Amino acid sequence: MLTFISRRLLQSLFVMLAVSLIAFALFRFVGDPVAQMVGQETSIEDQERIRERLGLNDSIPTQFVRFIGKLASADFGYSYRTRQPVSEMILTRLPATLELGFVSLLISLLIGIPAGIYTAIKRGGALANTLLVTTLVGISIPTFVIGIFLIYLFGVKLGWLPTFGRGDTIALGWWKTSFLTLDGLKSMLLPALTLGVYQLTLTMRLVRAEMQDVLKTDYIKFATARGINYRSLYFNHAFRNTLIPVITIIGLQLGGIIAFSIVTESVFQWPGMGLLFLDSIRYVDIPVMSVYLVLIAMMFVIINLIVDMLYFFIDPRVRLASEAN
Amino acid sequence: MFTALRRYAIENELLYLFLHNRIAQLAALVALLCLGGAALAPWIAPYDPYDIASIDLLDSLLPPAWSEDGDTRFIIGTDDQGRDLFSAILYGTRLSLLVGLLSIGFASILGITVGVLAGYLGGRFDSIVMRIADVQLSLPAILTALLIDGIARGILPRESHDNLMIVVLTIAIGLSLWVNFARTARASTFVEKSKEYVQAAIIMGMHPLRIMVVHILPNILGPLMVILTIDLAVAILLEATLSFLGVGVPPNQPSLGTLIRIGTEYLFSGEWWVVLFPSLTLIIMIVAVNILGDFLRDALNPRLR
Repeated sequence: MLTFISRRLLQSLFVMLAVSLIAFALFRFVGDPVAQMVGQETSIEDQERIRERLGLNDSIPTQFVRFIGKLASADFGYSYRTRQPVSEMILTRLPATLELGFVSLLISLLIGIPAGIYTAIKRGGALANTLLVTTLVGISIPTFVIGIFLIYLFGVKLGWLPTFGRGDTIALGWWKTSFLTLDGLKSMLLPALTLGVYQLTLTMRLVRAEMQDVLKTDYIKFATARGINYRSLYFNHAFRNTLIPVITIIGLQLGGIIAFSIVTESVFQWPGMGLLFLDSIRYVDIPVMSVYLVLIAMMFVIINLIVDMLYFFIDPRVRLASEAN
Repeated sequence: MFTALRRYAIENELLYLFLHNRIAQLAALVALLCLGGAALAPWIAPYDPYDIASIDLLDSLLPPAWSEDGDTRFIIGTDDQGRDLFSAILYGTRLSLLVGLLSIGFASILGITVGVLAGYLGGRFDSIVMRIADVQLSLPAILTALLIDGIARGILPRESHDNLMIVVLTIAIGLSLWVNFARTARASTFVEKSKEYVQAAIIMGMHPLRIMVVHILPNILGPLMVILTIDLAVAILLEATLSFLGVGVPPNQPSLGTLIRIGTEYLFSGEWWVVLFPSLTLIIMIVAVNILGDFLRDALNPRLR
């Protein structure tokens, strides 16, 4: 148990180190940091003095260690574009993205899992087939087109829902939430749906595939032969064994949601981290880009770590395999 | 002799399944139409969207020909600059497919080379490659592509952006999709390597490179074809997304993504056609490629039959 966890932690640390190295290289070698900070009239000597003061003349390994130290103490430097501290920019944007992601994950799981089970059980049924064709279309429609379509239908044609921004928010400390106002909730609906639809189709297809595999196994055939009622067969015997892939799915989904929030936030002008990242790419704002990269990598590593740990607790096979080693 | 015989049988079976699958045939037809339209765009498009002389701003934002204010010169209307939308879509499909095919070519060559080498050689090379693949696989492709795109923007001088954007896009999308190819190629190579024909070739003292290219590669092409098709759809989607986000092809070149991006700006004032037709083209193309991918996967997977 301990060896398993420590090995995984070591791997995660390795990944984070690799990503920080990329972020550092980005920060240090793409463009000249000093040239970004000073105006054109600054003399060469002054520039050299700044360079010395910032430690840019030290050896590369020394600079890298210092970079890591600063990251660890959440000192992310200043944006080239807005001259604000990057940590401040990210903190004000973080709640918007997290809330949006949370709601889309809910949509995806609460609809996707039951629909997946249904289509697996009622294979070939009319409703199941309709659902399947819908998901095929859903997977093929790009996220931004779904968003545009929703905006046109509910925003332009019907005029029911707001189509950009977060609406009214209430501040709980530094965390601005849109869950507590009606306007905020209404603004949340379209972006969350846009972000959730693709994940939903993915969940449904994966749950369906997994459920079908389980339904083909001998123990299910045997249980059917024993005459167990179908409800118990499907939910206690079959679905329980699809839970492990479902956990993987949730892990993957979180990753997908973080990534596609960039697109959704751009369509709905949602003031989250994705929009910030996109702006930083457009304006080559390297500090914001590299910090975003490190933060995202950290999120992914933590998600993967948690998923692996969950396997360990849920699946006796994983536990036994690691003990056998 | 044996492999040739077997390959013939597989191909024949594929053909047989294809001839009995109406949906796959339809998808292939649509895909061919898109490809044909893209390849022949300069000859079949009524106007040249790059030719500024032929564009009249007075023609901007005309609705499709069948609506009240429509103009019969422009079948499905014009965009904000007065370009014929139909021609712009043809050229846009051309650019989207070009970037899609180039990047998937790049991804497959890179991925298959690395994968076959890793599967055949094993050892340290294998573990390093697979470690990198694992890390990259945990990041969604769109994120990787955006990052590479962003880095390229930082490195390249601003003036050469527009000229190099297609190369940058190809590399960004290709590098974010190579992992699938590498993993599949590695796993299949691993299986093939322990088979007798490869063992025989090794004993005969054949050069490893020759074994990999002449003997193993033809036998692992099946699963790779499936990934090639499915990932082509992903690549087209990625290009459209990046262009839509404004970090893909330059705005003066009509790709499907940039056309949709332009279209959204006019959605609120009711000019729906600028966004609708490029979106439809994109969706139809992706659905067709996806259906073909699904067909190939089912046809080549013995477990599902």
